[in-house]
Amino acid sequence: MHESPLEVGHYNLRLYVAGQTPKSITALANLKKICEEHLVGRYHIEVIDLLEHPQLAAGDQILAVPTLVRRLPEPLKRIIGNLSNMERVLVGLDLRPVTAP
Amino acid sequence: MSITASIPAAGAARALAKARTGISGLDEVTFGGLPAGRPTLICGGPGCGKTLLATTFLVNGAVMFNEPGVFVSFEETSDDLIKNVASLGYDLGALVAQKKIAIDFVRVERSEIEETGEYDLEGLFVRLDYAIKSVGAKRVVLDTLEMLFAGLGDTQILRAEIRRLFAWLKQRDVTAIITAEQGEGAMTRYGIEEYVSDCVFLLDNRVSDQITTRRLRVVKYRGSAHGTNEYPFLIDAQGVSVLPVTSAGLAHAASDEVISTGIPGLNQMLGAGGFYRGTSILVSGTAGTGKTSLAANFIEAVCARGERCLYFAFEESPAQIVRNMRSIGLDLQPRVDAGLLRFEAARPSLFGLEMHLARMYREIEEFAPAAAVLDPISALRGETGDVHSMLLRVIDLLKSRGITAFLTNLLSVEGMDKSDAGMSSLMDTWLSLVQLETNGERNRGIYVLKSRGMNHSNQIREYQLTSQGVKLVDAYLGGSGVLTGSARIAQEMVDAASSLRRAQDNERKQRDIQRKRAALERQIAELRAELESEEEEARKSLQHDEELEKRLQAERRAMAIQRGGNVS
Repeated sequence: MHESPLEVGHYNLRLYVAGQTPKSITALANLKKICEEHLVGRYHIEVIDLLEHPQLAAGDQILAVPTLVRRLPEPLKRIIGNLSNMERVLVGLDLRPVTAP
Repeated sequence: MSITASIPAAGAARALAKARTGISGLDEVTFGGLPAGRPTLICGGPGCGKTLLATTFLVNGAVMFNEPGVFVSFEETSDDLIKNVASLGYDLGALVAQKKIAIDFVRVERSEIEETGEYDLEGLFVRLDYAIKSVGAKRVVLDTLEMLFAGLGDTQILRAEIRRLFAWLKQRDVTAIITAEQGEGAMTRYGIEEYVSDCVFLLDNRVSDQITTRRLRVVKYRGSAHGTNEYPFLIDAQGVSVLPVTSAGLAHAASDEVISTGIPGLNQMLGAGGFYRGTSILVSGTAGTGKTSLAANFIEAVCARGERCLYFAFEESPAQIVRNMRSIGLDLQPRVDAGLLRFEAARPSLFGLEMHLARMYREIEEFAPAAAVLDPISALRGETGDVHSMLLRVIDLLKSRGITAFLTNLLSVEGMDKSDAGMSSLMDTWLSLVQLETNGERNRGIYVLKSRGMNHSNQIREYQLTSQGVKLVDAYLGGSGVLTGSARIAQEMVDAASSLRRAQDNERKQRDIQRKRAALERQIAELRAELESEEEEARKSLQHDEELEKRLQAERRAMAIQRGGNVS
């Protein structure tokens, strides 16, 4: 999943999961779908499996899994859950104003 | 020669493995500590000491029992936590550096979290697991777990996850403390007590008469006996200490040893020649009767035997007491300097009763005195029942350690207070000091109201505060009762005079009798002399008559011869 270096307007996203659970698989699928629809060519997804890298959990204040962290653009955003509600994910990523029609 | 009653061993059946908290008192209340390998819930309102208690558990584990710990903080950052507990003398930073304690701050901020779809708290489990492994933790603190409810919306998921967390903690075999805010009408705000079924503590910070008292209660402890009362606990520079003073039972040893009251005359009044060691002594009296002076004499006697004495002063500063006692010829300062006498002075209003008790408990534990003086107990504020119960526990505490308790009580001028009568049953020896007002002067009288286990004088004795200490004066006992002061002296003079008069009367009477006897004897002698002279006269006249008769006969014979008749 290593893609082109970051540019302005790029989305640096991290998805924290704990093992290949149905929830994490669903979350990743949902995320990819959203990105392909709204952020074509300007996103970067990094999936971190906490079972392999438990030391990373504290750094991003991960509590729930799956957690999607928008590291860039700032400010940092956290979205927890399997990302099944696309509208809310878009709001959480600031891709759609909260008061969207 | 003391009879020691056997105190039943606390928690004799120790089926449950326990993790000692190292908090003085708490391990006694729980008979050994928290249930090892299980979660314990500590709930209470804000500021009641949950975090400090939990931190102490971790620090003691790391320092005293070689059990590293993990602190998961949901409220304070690591830095804040380290700073906050530094005031208790804990160097968390150093313990973290030594890998004895790991701190993980879990930030839960609702505004930063968007929820969409299913999730679980595996992230928290991963962090906890990682932290536990990083230090090899045996102890875990989750402070305050319920913050999750504030940060995350789906309570159904949360409840399921919290239940799973407790099971997971048990599986890891770590002894855990979970803190929770007390809710209204419930132990915790979000009802997590239903998931922690092993051990629940309730902390409380109660304000009464503007005085705060912290209390701890073990609400439940599955599989173990535990003290059920509310125990006061202290948080200060020496850490956390729980004070299970109520745990004292009626199983004190009773000593036959008699110790001096410090006043020879008073020793005589008590049948045994003094107080029994380890008993409770109450000295009551109105203002200015010399209660403290009596206490000072007692203290001097204790210290003179080389024993330690602890003086709880509620109304005077130590310097003032030392100065005042010099006026009756007692210098306590050398005893203080020698470490035999320690003053603990505090205004009663400074703390609540429980805090006073707690402080006393700690001082007594630390100083281990042979005798303790409380001067005066009447200064302790609170409901009569509360004061009574506090004193009961002080006395139990002292008795259980064989410490002689010397209490003074200021009475109102009207006389005996109700509370005083209530105190009586707690006391083994009760000395009453009274002001005897007669003939325009006040004199001090002392009597033994009661003294358990010994015969004692029933007299009111007069005593004087002299420059050589307290002196008992021999009482005047006479027909008009017991007299004191100048009345006693006057009566003694009256007595002396009347006895002199009686002696003189006797002498005079004896002289009278002698005189009468002499007169009578003279009379007898006169009568006898009279009789003798009469007898003499009678004899003389008889003699005369006989001679006359003889002469007549002789004359008649001579006449017959002359006439020539025959002589017949």
